[in-house]
Amino acid sequence: MSSVMNEGSSPAYGPAPFFSKEATYAKPGFSRWMVPPAALAVHLCIGQAYAFSVFNVPLSRVIGITESAPDDWKLTTLGWIFSLAIFFLGISAAFAGKWLERVGPRLTMFTAACCFGSGFLVSALGIYTHQIALLYLGYGVLGGIGLGLGYVSPVSTLIRWFPDRRGMATGMAIMGFGGGAMIAAPLSVALMNTFKSATSVGVAQTFVVMGIGYFVSMLIGSLAIRVPAPGWKPAGWTPPTTASKMITRNHVHIDQALKTSQFYLLWLVLFLNVTAGIGVLGQASLMIQESFKGSVTAAAAAGFVGLLSLFNMGGRFFWASSSDWIGRKNTYFVFFALGAVLYWLVPQLGASGNIALFVLAYCVIMSMYGGGFATIPAYLADMFGTAFVGGIHGRLLTAWAAAGIAGPVLVNYIREYQVAHGVTGADAYTMTLHIMAALLVVGFICNLLVARVSDRHHMSEADVSSLAGNASAAH
Amino acid sequence: MDNSRVKAQPTSKGLLAIFWLYVLIPLVWGVSNTITQAMKLFH
Repeated sequence: MSSVMNEGSSPAYGPAPFFSKEATYAKPGFSRWMVPPAALAVHLCIGQAYAFSVFNVPLSRVIGITESAPDDWKLTTLGWIFSLAIFFLGISAAFAGKWLERVGPRLTMFTAACCFGSGFLVSALGIYTHQIALLYLGYGVLGGIGLGLGYVSPVSTLIRWFPDRRGMATGMAIMGFGGGAMIAAPLSVALMNTFKSATSVGVAQTFVVMGIGYFVSMLIGSLAIRVPAPGWKPAGWTPPTTASKMITRNHVHIDQALKTSQFYLLWLVLFLNVTAGIGVLGQASLMIQESFKGSVTAAAAAGFVGLLSLFNMGGRFFWASSSDWIGRKNTYFVFFALGAVLYWLVPQLGASGNIALFVLAYCVIMSMYGGGFATIPAYLADMFGTAFVGGIHGRLLTAWAAAGIAGPVLVNYIREYQVAHGVTGADAYTMTLHIMAALLVVGFICNLLVARVSDRHHMSEADVSSLAGNASAAH
Repeated sequence: MDNSRVKAQPTSKGLLAIFWLYVLIPLVWGVSNTITQAMKLFH
């Protein structure tokens, strides 16, 4: 039953439900370049999560308006909203992977739109009624599920549309996640300024507008997404005939992938790359101000953070695209080797007073932090094939959730330990950065140990044919 | 299935351009805002 045949042509078996996977098969002549903007329409929305901190201060003044009243929420209470959202991102991405592969990207993206959009609306209600539980449920749980589903849903589709440029395709979408915060931060501030009054900080109204806006944008993405028909390949492209050691032509089932050492090594690769990056990202503003006391103001430090965001976003596209040429494994070797050297050198650059080199080192580090996120789906596709790559990617994202806790905790704990032992100012970061460099060395070793998946884990030809057969029958 | 019965529908170049603009315009706006902010570092 299919869709491609049934939409606009003589139906053979009756129309497939609109949100079914079968209804998303592309008709001949469909341009694959429609798929990246469909993915971006989702990722640019969910990237808002990185800008959630702009709401922290206004949310802590919902009652007091100009300053926090005794009954207002504390920043520590509000901090749980974002933590919950990231936790549910990891959980939903991990557990919804199999479902995503079964129902296809359209229904997954639509569900993500409903969850993310309604998360804002429930949170707005929580602000009106001053019930923090509604914010936890809204942005934290519903929004987090929307983040997880939205993040993984277009990735496997892009990999199937761009077998010749897997890295570039996923890099484009995941770059959108980095860019989403750049749109959301100024947009949120502008909306709050529009809605604020003597009796309101304007956050609830801002949440309503953003919730509806994000729902519509993600809905457009879900309507535009298409999956390639079975057996489709880009015009003029032929799959490499010579077997590549690190790019399989077989497929590994999502459950079987968890039984391979490669999955856990790649989990560690992502975890260590993200832990190192996320740990210093949160401290960047303070770090540059303490390293260059007197010459870098708070405003300049904010500019530094903005610059890091740009490199974080650009690195996602640059490194993922580069990986198509130099290989995924080599790309991660660059991240870990160059990253370890730069983390080790940054304290010396700070001590020498060389701001330009200090900033440049950080920019490269942040580009590789973003690049790590964007290159991993293509690395997974190379190792495990494309049949279940979306689901496997979802399960691997638990590494992100774990790193989101480990990175900041590690940095804060080491800094507190240093300060308690009389180390002050920029020197308090030296040990942190050296430990991060050591983590990257461990990551280098993990990446070194990644080898091709053993044949015993591959799906049999009958299983693959059965999958393709189901798709063809539906098509 | 009979592929010959599937009607080809080439994607319109205009639609493709509009869709790309739909995502790129807000992205460029966000990036330009961030660049403006980042410039403070060099002042």
